[in-house]
Amino acid sequence: MPGEESVAVVGIGQTKHVAARRDVSIAGLVREAALRALEDAELTWADVDAVVIGKAPDFFEGVMMPELYLADALGAVGKPMLRVHTAGSVGGSTALVAANLVSARVHRTVLTLAFEKQSESNAMWGLSLPVPFQQPLLAGAGGFFAPHVRAYMRRTGAPDTIGSLVAYKDRRNALKNPYAHLHEHDLTLEKVQASPMLWDPIRYSETCPSSDGACAMVLTDRAGAGRAPRPPAWVHGGAMRSEPTLFAGKDFVSPRAGRDCAADVYRQAGVTDPRRQIDAVEMYVPFSWYEPMWLENLGFAEEGEGWKLTEAGVTELDGDLPVNPSGGVLSTNPIGASGMIRFAEAALQVRGDAGEHQVGGARRALGHAYGGGAQFFSMWLVGDTPPTG
Amino acid sequence: MPAAAPPPEALRAPLVVEFPFTRSLGPVQSAFLTGLRERTVLGVRTEAGGVLVPPVEYDPVTAAELRELVEVAPTGTVTTWAWNPEPRRGQPLETPFAWVLVRLDGADTALLHALDAPGPEAVRTGLRVRIRWAAERSGAITDIACFEPYEGDESTREREPAPHEGGFEEPVTGIVAPARLDYTYSPGRAQTRYLHGLAERRTVGERCPSCAKVYVPPRGACPTCGVATTDRVEVGPRGTVTTFCIVNIKAKNLDIEVPYVYAHIALDGAGLALHGRIAGIPYDEVRMGLRVEPVWSEDGRYPDHYRPTGETDADYDTYKELL
Repeated sequence: MPGEESVAVVGIGQTKHVAARRDVSIAGLVREAALRALEDAELTWADVDAVVIGKAPDFFEGVMMPELYLADALGAVGKPMLRVHTAGSVGGSTALVAANLVSARVHRTVLTLAFEKQSESNAMWGLSLPVPFQQPLLAGAGGFFAPHVRAYMRRTGAPDTIGSLVAYKDRRNALKNPYAHLHEHDLTLEKVQASPMLWDPIRYSETCPSSDGACAMVLTDRAGAGRAPRPPAWVHGGAMRSEPTLFAGKDFVSPRAGRDCAADVYRQAGVTDPRRQIDAVEMYVPFSWYEPMWLENLGFAEEGEGWKLTEAGVTELDGDLPVNPSGGVLSTNPIGASGMIRFAEAALQVRGDAGEHQVGGARRALGHAYGGGAQFFSMWLVGDTPPTG
Repeated sequence: MPAAAPPPEALRAPLVVEFPFTRSLGPVQSAFLTGLRERTVLGVRTEAGGVLVPPVEYDPVTAAELRELVEVAPTGTVTTWAWNPEPRRGQPLETPFAWVLVRLDGADTALLHALDAPGPEAVRTGLRVRIRWAAERSGAITDIACFEPYEGDESTREREPAPHEGGFEEPVTGIVAPARLDYTYSPGRAQTRYLHGLAERRTVGERCPSCAKVYVPPRGACPTCGVATTDRVEVGPRGTVTTFCIVNIKAKNLDIEVPYVYAHIALDGAGLALHGRIAGIPYDEVRMGLRVEPVWSEDGRYPDHYRPTGETDADYDTYKELL
């Protein structure tokens, strides 16, 4: 982290993610996650110095600048409140802005939160306005991603079953996570492989759901961590990188911004061999094939080798590099919150607090988020002990 | 190709963004809007004892959850106002009216609404007003048609608001909030030039003077080098399918029979791929490296689709940077 102060995650709260939370307003939804994070930290609103909130585009729910109306629900009156927006990666970059405020000793204790109430929105509409003179996107949501998956398969020679292995693994992991949206008890690998091919090579079962949900964390300094009721997760590195959505030479399969972002995080954390030194990964996998793609982009495998880790079971919950023990974005996707859920789940792992989906002995975990047509990347690496040096 | 004639004037067109958003109300807004349907105005009591109308779910001062509802009067006092001489579409009244903040009797905060008055001289701060209810009410803020000046019973003025359970038969739990934004969109000079080229069925990109990549469509600047692209270069018409997917589900607003192939196509000479549909070949025979050319329809601004040229497939190494 850029500042002098160490940053600890002392509170984590999520809502039970579902397709539609018709029983609560947006304020009620974010409040639920925030209260759970405060309860986890055994703190009250008065202990919070600032609030940093994130969500995907305002067009999703059609509430312009929702942070204004959420100040009451989040106890932000009389305190600084910031809104972060970096498309699908926003949950991650929101947490990093909050962490930087603590690291730089601007604030001692910061509540950070991200949400999406997708049942009240239309993400496809919000992202594909009928702009005059422009050729309409011809393929729907998955059509944007599927050609990149095909490019990955061509480049690496990965067998076409890899995507289904990821989807099956993540959905089974989700069964161990009470907050996950999809709990598909009867799912089998055969069912995944027999599910309809929507945007060949992407099958229905290899796509993420649309969820209502919120996630919150309480971040604090060393002194705050000393008063925490439970062992905190410590931030050992955090970084963001951006690049244009489209440019000549863009590598959609392994974007440079993602590689650079990971390298920065590893440098901060003193990680030289991520495959050996990191015990669990929560990565942003909206379509199953992105697991092997990101394994390469994040340096866990050589180029062209990511799918082999997946195929060999390395990324299973009991493998030696579990990926998305929570069930991941494939099981839960309130878009604006999805990145923060990755960061929070990584923190749960190193706190030893992940319940049934705990990775045994996890001491270092990576949280990863990306968004906006592989335009924004944000990541953090958390550990069970304070950073040294 | 050198830039010849002066650049054409940039195109402009209306862009209307319209969508009916839904809102789950939560317990407090649900009671408030259902109350309006029943001609009952509810507020909420704060921890400090004040009454907020419209009610909110969480205390603006203490952040405490607020659930103690009270009923306030349908009469109140204007606390400030502004005259609206030219009402717009979607506003509460079609004739000139005053926007008013009204503190209803029993409330400590004011509600924004419209006041039906003959002219600005008839409006003043301190004016006594009452609700004019809409004839048909559905559980929405528009159930209050507007406010109107009121002279009469003053006994409600200082009355304590009565506790209210907030329970109603068939409560309103969600509303639909239509949103509409009207823009005038201009694609800018670079795309205007591009569109003029397309009208002659020529695809003209622009080359970056720094990295020499040709952008199609051009954006007027190179996103990598950050410099203007002024050198116009005709590309295509033939190109190579660099990657693709087979679309098996019908997208909304698209009148294309599934399955069809949606492809990235690198036109010969272009520095990156553009997107298009492939036809004239069975969908399951499309492959990376397939050579294609555009097929124009009578009135289309863009090629309707691309079809195979019959050439030998391009070698992977020639397009692997253009996926």
